[in-house]
Amino acid sequence: MTDVASNDQPQAVAEVSRAGRFVFVAGTVLMCAWVLVPIYLLLVNALSSPAQVTGFPKTGLPGFDFGSLQFFIGFSGVAKALWNSVLVAVLTMVFAIGIGAPAGYALSRFDFPGKSAFRLLVLMTRAFPLPLLALPIAVMFIQVGLDDTPIGLALVHTTLAIPFAVLITFSIFSGIPVELEEAAWTLGCNRAQAFQRVVLPLVLPGIAASAIFAFTISWNEVFAASVLTVQNRTLTAFLLQSLNVSPLHLKFAGGAALVVPALLFIFAVRKYLFAMWGIANR
Amino acid sequence: MPQRALPYLLLLPATLFLLVFFLYPFVQIAVLAFSDGQSFTLEHFQTMVGHWKFPATFWNTILLAAIVVPIQLVMALAMASVVMRLKTGRNTILYIFTIPLGLSDLAAGIIWLAIFEQSGFLNSLLVSLGIVGKPILFLGYQNIWVIFIAVVLAEVWRATAIVMVILVSGMGLIPKEYYEAAEVFGASPWQRFRKVTLPMLRPSLQTALILRTIAAFEVFAVVVALGGTTLPVLVGETYNWQFNLRDPNVAAAYALVILAISIAATLVYLRVLRVPKGATI
Repeated sequence: MTDVASNDQPQAVAEVSRAGRFVFVAGTVLMCAWVLVPIYLLLVNALSSPAQVTGFPKTGLPGFDFGSLQFFIGFSGVAKALWNSVLVAVLTMVFAIGIGAPAGYALSRFDFPGKSAFRLLVLMTRAFPLPLLALPIAVMFIQVGLDDTPIGLALVHTTLAIPFAVLITFSIFSGIPVELEEAAWTLGCNRAQAFQRVVLPLVLPGIAASAIFAFTISWNEVFAASVLTVQNRTLTAFLLQSLNVSPLHLKFAGGAALVVPALLFIFAVRKYLFAMWGIANR
Repeated sequence: MPQRALPYLLLLPATLFLLVFFLYPFVQIAVLAFSDGQSFTLEHFQTMVGHWKFPATFWNTILLAAIVVPIQLVMALAMASVVMRLKTGRNTILYIFTIPLGLSDLAAGIIWLAIFEQSGFLNSLLVSLGIVGKPILFLGYQNIWVIFIAVVLAEVWRATAIVMVILVSGMGLIPKEYYEAAEVFGASPWQRFRKVTLPMLRPSLQTALILRTIAAFEVFAVVVALGGTTLPVLVGETYNWQFNLRDPNVAAAYALVILAISIAATLVYLRVLRVPKGATI
């Protein structure tokens, strides 16, 4: 740079940074649109009448007609599939937390031989295509009479959810200082009382979040649900198996029925998403 | 109750559960694939490989993963960098970016079906802009490659979020001092990204790539929603053999193929992106 140019230089830099700022904001907006627009388009279709769904060309605005949704709800098997989805997801949530939270607590509070072996077992489950396990489990369930039951499917979904439940609860319990528990012990509580009165109230929101996450995993799972259920199909299994026979408006209404609850779930657990993936890196 | 036994007692349910529903089925799946009831056989694998659909199925799956995963990595790095630089509205943007994380692959397939089907939004746009005269049948068997592109888009759309979340939490662990030092030495933003962020992010990259690649080999519902069985993939064929051809043994053989390529990919990532001992933050 020469002395002559030095006069303009600050202005040039400001312009460059303004341009950079513009590119940054435009890029951010573009990425948000990339995520949001497809969801919006699905909702447009779900909120249009069957005739509008198959009509052409589309305006991109919803018709605010509940014909498709009414058809979907009234369609034979849908109400039952919805109920099964909720039932399986709730069972998965209960199993995953009931089994995973004690393990998470043990990992965060104790040092003991075999700890790393257990962690390896948990991490290993994430390096395998778990839904495929539904194939041999289907055979196993027929032998013990669990085939085509919500409980059976929930058990398989629990396998998917347990690694997350263990890792999330581990990070949540690790966030509670052990001194709090120790203080309760010195004040005359035993371990169970200290846990119930001191730790539990503090970890409850985090436990709830990981429960919701377990619910979402089950709610969204397709392959195992389709393999393991015949009469008691979940919503995903129902939609998958009727894909090639169902009309478009049924698919889109069904898709919306899958998406809208999931949006709420993710909103509810958004704070905890990073806690669990942060810990998963170690 | 002795204190020493407590941790084992707490781990017992989870361990038992994983033994019964994780390790045991793995043994079972191998038994299904390698035996005909009494003795060892490779018959099921021969049936699988001999079927005319197998080569296409196998290479479709590999090719999908090979295209989807790198795109997702680049996009997730961009999104994570944006999130890290944001000061205002960080939480909102972060929530928007993570939305697809909570959606099922089936829902993602249906969402992109709304765009690509013949009376869908892409055709509406193309016709209204006058680019084409009448709507095109994108998802027919005549042009499998369009189905392929639609699947790639849907997969990138749905599953980039998980990579981004892992990378954001990894970036949060990189000490600010490294960036300050790089700035003092005059490193440009791009150089800082190349010389500080990427190397420090190695453990997160490893986790993200392993998870995503395995999930990419499992692609199923997206493909079914967009192309039915026109574009065969490994999990789709597993399902097909289990249900339509009623041969659980061949289905198990397919499952073992998916398992094998998943483990192979995991080992490659562990080796290529290995973190030197003592080099963690």
